[in-house]
Amino acid sequence: MPFIPHTETEVREMLDAIGVSSIDELFDEIPAHLRCGELTGIPEAMSEQAVTRLMHERAAKDGQPLCFIGAGAYEHHIPAVVWEITTRGEFYSAYTPYQAEASQGTLQLIYEFQSMITGLVAMEVANASLYDGASALAEAVLMAVRANRKSKSRRILMPRTVHPNYRKTVQAIVGSQGIELVEIDYDRAGGHIDPAGLQDYSGDDITALVIPQPNFFGVLEEVDALTDWAHASGALAIGVVNPVAMALLKPPGRWGERGADIVVGEGQPLGVPLSSGGPYFGFMCCRQALVRQMPGRIVGRTVDRDGRVGYTLTLQAREQHIRRSKATSNICTNQGLLVTAATIHMALLGGEGLKRVAAACHANTRALVDRLGSEHIRPMFSRPFFHEAVLHSALPLERLLRPLYAHNLQPGYVLKDDYPELGEALLVCATETKTEADLELYRDHLARMIDKQVSAGCPVQPKMA
Amino acid sequence: MSDAPNDLRYTKSHEWLRVNDDGTVTVGITDHAQDQLGDMVYVEVPEVDQAFEAEDACAVVESVKAASDVYAPVACTVVEVNEELADAPEVVNQDPYGAGWIMKIRPANMDAVEALMDADSYMAYVEAEEH
Repeated sequence: MPFIPHTETEVREMLDAIGVSSIDELFDEIPAHLRCGELTGIPEAMSEQAVTRLMHERAAKDGQPLCFIGAGAYEHHIPAVVWEITTRGEFYSAYTPYQAEASQGTLQLIYEFQSMITGLVAMEVANASLYDGASALAEAVLMAVRANRKSKSRRILMPRTVHPNYRKTVQAIVGSQGIELVEIDYDRAGGHIDPAGLQDYSGDDITALVIPQPNFFGVLEEVDALTDWAHASGALAIGVVNPVAMALLKPPGRWGERGADIVVGEGQPLGVPLSSGGPYFGFMCCRQALVRQMPGRIVGRTVDRDGRVGYTLTLQAREQHIRRSKATSNICTNQGLLVTAATIHMALLGGEGLKRVAAACHANTRALVDRLGSEHIRPMFSRPFFHEAVLHSALPLERLLRPLYAHNLQPGYVLKDDYPELGEALLVCATETKTEADLELYRDHLARMIDKQVSAGCPVQPKMA
Repeated sequence: MSDAPNDLRYTKSHEWLRVNDDGTVTVGITDHAQDQLGDMVYVEVPEVDQAFEAEDACAVVESVKAASDVYAPVACTVVEVNEELADAPEVVNQDPYGAGWIMKIRPANMDAVEALMDADSYMAYVEAEEH
């Protein structure tokens, strides 16, 4: 059943009325070489029944592994009531409504979301969300270039401790806009950005410095020193943070003397299931002084003429339907449903609950690192971490880990492709969802594989070449 | 009908120019422009010492209805901007030819200023544009 409101007869009548023969003809002023042409490689349409079958089969293939991978997406317990409420008819739409003010409930929820996020990171303003953490960082870079009018260089310092996928996304989005991303290396012993290393750039015209907290290795950065360095250098400080970690760590609004200028992050840990990588949502905050350069929508609270509280979209004049190519925002459909879930999730947990979650994650990851540690497996970095840590293996990881997958256990994220210089390095994470028994199961499996590999002068060959 | 003082010069993009005794030129948007845009909520002024070619976008006036560029009327360098507008954008509505000025510029060539429309031409232009 086609979900298209016009019948062929109606389409024909409309085309006849305006005197063109086909819908394609409406686009004939676009030169042929600029059109993308027919889509190839798209299979024939399937029936609903066939699609349902296919999706069930694919879902079953995923299994439900015991997951020790973090690397940007984190498995947290989501109270059942979160999605029970989120999927009620009143909320169950992915869109902010076009006639926004008619949906006061939706607007109030977004307003509460903004309030909670600003509270969590101690910033003055939050927008109504962005697509995900990676694109939020790209938007933050674009915003910094607009907002830092003292800087003419359009140079952004992008540490290698920022999530590799975020760096690729930012490059893809801003790379063609005359913005230069300068890669900053990390300290091999600490796994962090050494603020002293930034002295090479002191005196240069730098538009902004990106500061991850915790960083991709789980390591805590020296955020105060980095923020102060950025400000002393005339650069804006962009924080990329994990929202759960914010329940325990000093929030970006209080980093250094003046606090971060722009803060973004991935919202998934706040009530959004892993679901094979998405959909997730990004959040973004800034100082009040920069709000005119902030992309996305902001819901404001006001009063109507009778003095009753009402909610309204603000800063709309900068959006793309009015400003075209000069819009500061090209985001119209935000991640409304996921924001709904996150708001309910945060409201349920409260500040205290979120703090307990964060503390449990940290304790579990510390326990995991302790249990897995041996003469062959050691923590790679010396600096404190939040709920992820890098382990270095004296033995080839590939051989150690492959049998664990067969036990339906995801042992962590192998860093070889992104950080070849670290050698046999594994990023592990144990959130509050992991039990004592889970940690021991992982330790036992790994210990057995290590034993097999090192057993006296008889290296085990993998079964398959 | 909106007002256009006789001692000013005007552009097709609805900026006005006043030549000052010190050789600088004050620039703002016309009464007609502010009337069309409606209540101002924000004015983004350029940086002092910024240089522009004629017709470069150099400032943004944002009203409840729209955000619009303000264009450099002639090739120029900015010598002063109206910082008051940051806190009181409504002054552009209240007094577009006075306290609502946006920037003072030093034109690269004064003849280019003289070549712009006078008040009568501008009023005729606005009238033609409306029909």
